[in-house]
Amino acid sequence: MASRRQVRKGPFTYLLRLAVVTYLVLLVAWPVVLVVTHTFEGGTATLTGIFSDPDLVAALELSAYAAVIATAINTLFGVVVSLLLVRYEFPGKRIMSALIDLPLSVSPIVVGLALVLVYAGRDGWFGPTLEGWGFQIIFATPGIILATAFVSLPLVIREVVPVLQEIGTEQEQAASSLGASGWQTFWRITLPSIKWAVVYGVVLTLARSLGEFGAVKIVSGNFSGETRTTTLAVEEKYLNFDQQGAYALSFLLASVSVLSIIIVFGLRARGARVNETRSHSGAPVAELAPSEGRTS
Amino acid sequence: MTTPVQEGRPVATRPALLNHNLTASSGIGLGISMLWFSLLVLIPLAAVIATAAAGGWDEFWRTITNEQTSSAIKLTLKAAALVTLVNIVIGTAIAWVLVRDKFWGKGLLELIIDIPFALPTIVAGLVLLSLYGVNSPLGIEVANTGDSVFLAFLFVTLPFIVRMVQPVLEELDEDVEEAAASLGASRVTIFRRIILPSLAPAIAAGAALSFARAVGEYGSLVLLSGNLPFKSEVASVRILSAIENDNRAGAASIATLLLVISLLVIIVLDVVQRRVARRG
Repeated sequence: MASRRQVRKGPFTYLLRLAVVTYLVLLVAWPVVLVVTHTFEGGTATLTGIFSDPDLVAALELSAYAAVIATAINTLFGVVVSLLLVRYEFPGKRIMSALIDLPLSVSPIVVGLALVLVYAGRDGWFGPTLEGWGFQIIFATPGIILATAFVSLPLVIREVVPVLQEIGTEQEQAASSLGASGWQTFWRITLPSIKWAVVYGVVLTLARSLGEFGAVKIVSGNFSGETRTTTLAVEEKYLNFDQQGAYALSFLLASVSVLSIIIVFGLRARGARVNETRSHSGAPVAELAPSEGRTS
Repeated sequence: MTTPVQEGRPVATRPALLNHNLTASSGIGLGISMLWFSLLVLIPLAAVIATAAAGGWDEFWRTITNEQTSSAIKLTLKAAALVTLVNIVIGTAIAWVLVRDKFWGKGLLELIIDIPFALPTIVAGLVLLSLYGVNSPLGIEVANTGDSVFLAFLFVTLPFIVRMVQPVLEELDEDVEEAAASLGASRVTIFRRIILPSLAPAIAAGAALSFARAVGEYGSLVLLSGNLPFKSEVASVRILSAIENDNRAGAASIATLLLVISLLVIIVLDVVQRRVARRG
């Protein structure tokens, strides 16, 4: 195909290529490179300085902690919901699959407000009751975890659902007809085949969780050394005219983001290869309707 | 297996509420998932709408037509619509180049497309500030102006249309285009009559996501726009200042408006998408 296309390359192709490359360089590449050069303007001192400031170390730890917990919750939830949406029939399924994507299009500020209205200790819907039981949600770590889990909720599901639909139910049916229990089928057949989609979803969820800002700003209270996350610290540094510090923290966060994109790229390339070999060896089974796939 | 495999959809003989194939464990899974989803997403969002509704229609209307607030909402919608239009053109062009063109460094472009998606929004603001802020190396200074809102929206919504259009373009059969060309169709005609109709649903879906994302954007604007009232202040900043002034009803009113706008755009574009898909 490539050689066939080469023949038709006219001036338009080069103009379009130039326009696209220029646009991307001006909008993304150049600004990102500038942040890197700003970070290392004064050598590595500002970067290493981050790790000697106890408040910043606390912020990094809090961000990592909240992101890991939120990702764990979303992974478990995501796999269960994906299985339910693809393999089972139940009332309300269509509404559920429509609502699952909602968190991606809700403003982070609205997310923060929504959580405060329900979980605020003083006057939220559930807040006073939970506080009575000894749980503080808003202005504490659980609130940060909730906000983080909210904004990254659909990411695992969006990766796993298409893969589940594609692999179909043939192997699962075979396993259960040979006497495997539901759990055995899940652990030995279903989970291995969605493994990479899950890993991919986990990486995206972690990256999104580490970077959440707006929702966390509202629910956390932003107390330095206690509920201030890394992204909040970037804002605080910049507004206090510590541009170097802000750039250094941003560099750290951006490195994690770029690293996660690269990991996902590798996984995607791998997934494409696996799919290719599968489509050569086995017949497509995706057409099976979900209700026919169950034997029990 | 003893039972023959049925063809087509199973006929619904039981009442809709009983029509399920859940086992005990999957039923428990569904229950726990729904409980968590309700506690995390549905009940809090319902609380926003309920809080907005509690003040009555007049109070809601008064809040969103407040001079400063309505100016912020107008700026947000205008910039989001404009950015979506730009993305429709440039996003499709980027997807085209990524799929049909071949040159050294294309892999790097793929990586660059995803950066706005993965970068924390506050960092995105700082990143843009480094090229378009004070002492801009380019001489273009948009920080603290209305244009900064447009720029920030462009940055954060970059991947949406590209990533929706790209897979569709990859699947597109080039033989049809060649057949049209051999029959004398010009490149413009081929693009308009053959390629564009197949891409339209993907473009519409990407545009909806891009608009919804822009309408709610906050983080990338914090450092970049300066949040100047009547100039560079967006709707989500108004919500935040209402929360900080302990005016939760006001905050909920603006938030409800944003929720409704996002929902409407998604529904409208979903309808468009279905219509195009049916016709094509």
